[in-house]
Amino acid sequence: MSMNPFCEIALEEALRIKESGLASEVVAVSMGPAQCIDTLRTGLAMGADRAIHVDYSATLYPLSVAKLLKALVDVEKPGLLILGKQAIDDDCNQTGQMVAGLLNWPQGTFASKVVLDKEKKVATVDREVDGGLETLSLDLPAVITTDLRLNQPRYAKLPNIMKAKSKKIEKFTVQDLKVEIKSDLEIVQVTEPPKRKAGINVSSVDELIDKLKNEAHVI
Amino acid sequence: MAALSMLKSLRKCATHHLSNFRPSFCHHVASISRSLSTLVLAEHESGSIKASSMSAVVAAACLSEKSSISVLLAGSGSSLHEAAKRAASCHHSVSQVLVADSDKFVYPLAEPWAKLVDLIQQEHCYSHIVAASSSFGKNVLPRAAALLDVSPVTDVIEISESHLFVRPIYAGNALCTVRYTGTNPCMLTIRSTSFPVPLMSDASENEAPISQVDLSTFDEDDFSKSRFVKNTSQDTDRPDLGNARVVITGGRGLKSAENFKMIEKLAEKLGGAVGATRAAVDAGFVPNDLQVGQTGKIVAPELYIAFGVSGAIQHLAGMRDSKVIVAVNKDSDAPIFQKQKERISSDMKPANKHINHHI
Repeated sequence: MSMNPFCEIALEEALRIKESGLASEVVAVSMGPAQCIDTLRTGLAMGADRAIHVDYSATLYPLSVAKLLKALVDVEKPGLLILGKQAIDDDCNQTGQMVAGLLNWPQGTFASKVVLDKEKKVATVDREVDGGLETLSLDLPAVITTDLRLNQPRYAKLPNIMKAKSKKIEKFTVQDLKVEIKSDLEIVQVTEPPKRKAGINVSSVDELIDKLKNEAHVI
Repeated sequence: MAALSMLKSLRKCATHHLSNFRPSFCHHVASISRSLSTLVLAEHESGSIKASSMSAVVAAACLSEKSSISVLLAGSGSSLHEAAKRAASCHHSVSQVLVADSDKFVYPLAEPWAKLVDLIQQEHCYSHIVAASSSFGKNVLPRAAALLDVSPVTDVIEISESHLFVRPIYAGNALCTVRYTGTNPCMLTIRSTSFPVPLMSDASENEAPISQVDLSTFDEDDFSKSRFVKNTSQDTDRPDLGNARVVITGGRGLKSAENFKMIEKLAEKLGGAVGATRAAVDAGFVPNDLQVGQTGKIVAPELYIAFGVSGAIQHLAGMRDSKVIVAVNKDSDAPIFQKQKERISSDMKPANKHINHHI
């Protein structure tokens, strides 16, 4: 299994926060079947101090993930929870907002810049929104979800990949966290989108303009 | 302090099969049509309802033949009340406008908004709650859904039945039909481009009643933890990218911010909006709010012209539903040529000058 690109960015940001002395440790969490361990090993190789695997083999919808994360947060008590804004498979873009709601923590979603003030315990977050950029000031602890431009994740160096193999990955079950996995969504089918009609090659700009004006009637 | 980083592990794509799927944004299934009550979370600006929120109203009206829609607006001041008046007669299915007037809503922050939705739902028990899939809707609705213990369905492009929806996955390379099987409310965000607002408006002659939401139980402390600092946005006369009829996009192939001026000129001539690929934004040619793509804006204009755009999947995800796509690129093997309707393989600058000259 591969790590969701937005999650790589989240982990990278957490590592940078720790490297600048603003966090004592970075804990990486992944939820799902045994294959999640590969993702966690990558996280450890990038520099996470510890990893937690919440073991569950059936489908986990964002609301269940959020509930499990809340239970973990109650155990671990971190000062910051950082996630990718969306997974590139389901494109949901829900989990971060949901766990923030359950924890009643402030949320800074679609973050393109994060600046922490350790003394004041405040995160200043630039968010990518429809109209441009919005800057929010959030009291910690807070939830941040990462957007593409936040950073460029590092590659795990080979010595760290080797070291990561012996780092401990703690396992939790859904029962350990006392969360009831509710199922209120049902995937009925997955289909291909309708195919677009093939395009044509146009040999000159004049021909293009003619087609756009007289055939497609768009100009 | 410890930082907890949540990592998602991506699985390989599950089974899928072909089907003759004819998309039309609204299906009315011939079954017992239940009378539904829907709350639409609406945004307003300068006294008007935002176009994306109007799409949310159109979508809400699709949920059932008998829909009664309440439009929720929050903010403070005269522009809020002006917007409320407009909302009251914007669509024949709107039966009520709810106004939350408070300093806490001067900026649409997720924390007070989610609490507001929770408060209103506890009182009114809507069957559905709908918002547009704008940065506001995406930010607020899932948080509200968690407070209401509901799994929302986000980025819906088609409403098949009152609890059956179609949404894109894998950057739009697959469509997922999902049924909500939980208790009320059923919560969704909708893609505005899939629910166009008709030109001949469904405006009502009747003005729906406007009520003030009772905010006396709103706790001050809860919302001081999140503060708006500032906004940086481009003030432009050009049409909004999300609902422009024509979009002209520049990609990395344009090579400089200077060259983007040609795109702007052409957009001006055609009365269109300017878009950009992620590569162009990353390179600093244009600001981020012009980005079209999987994680940028989704557009579906009548005419989409792409200059120097290779056509990465993530970009196509944002514009594949455009009526006519024109791609101009030196590289005739670029992936975008798989998708477009008209194409012209040539050098950018002369092509652009030529088009500009002729239109």
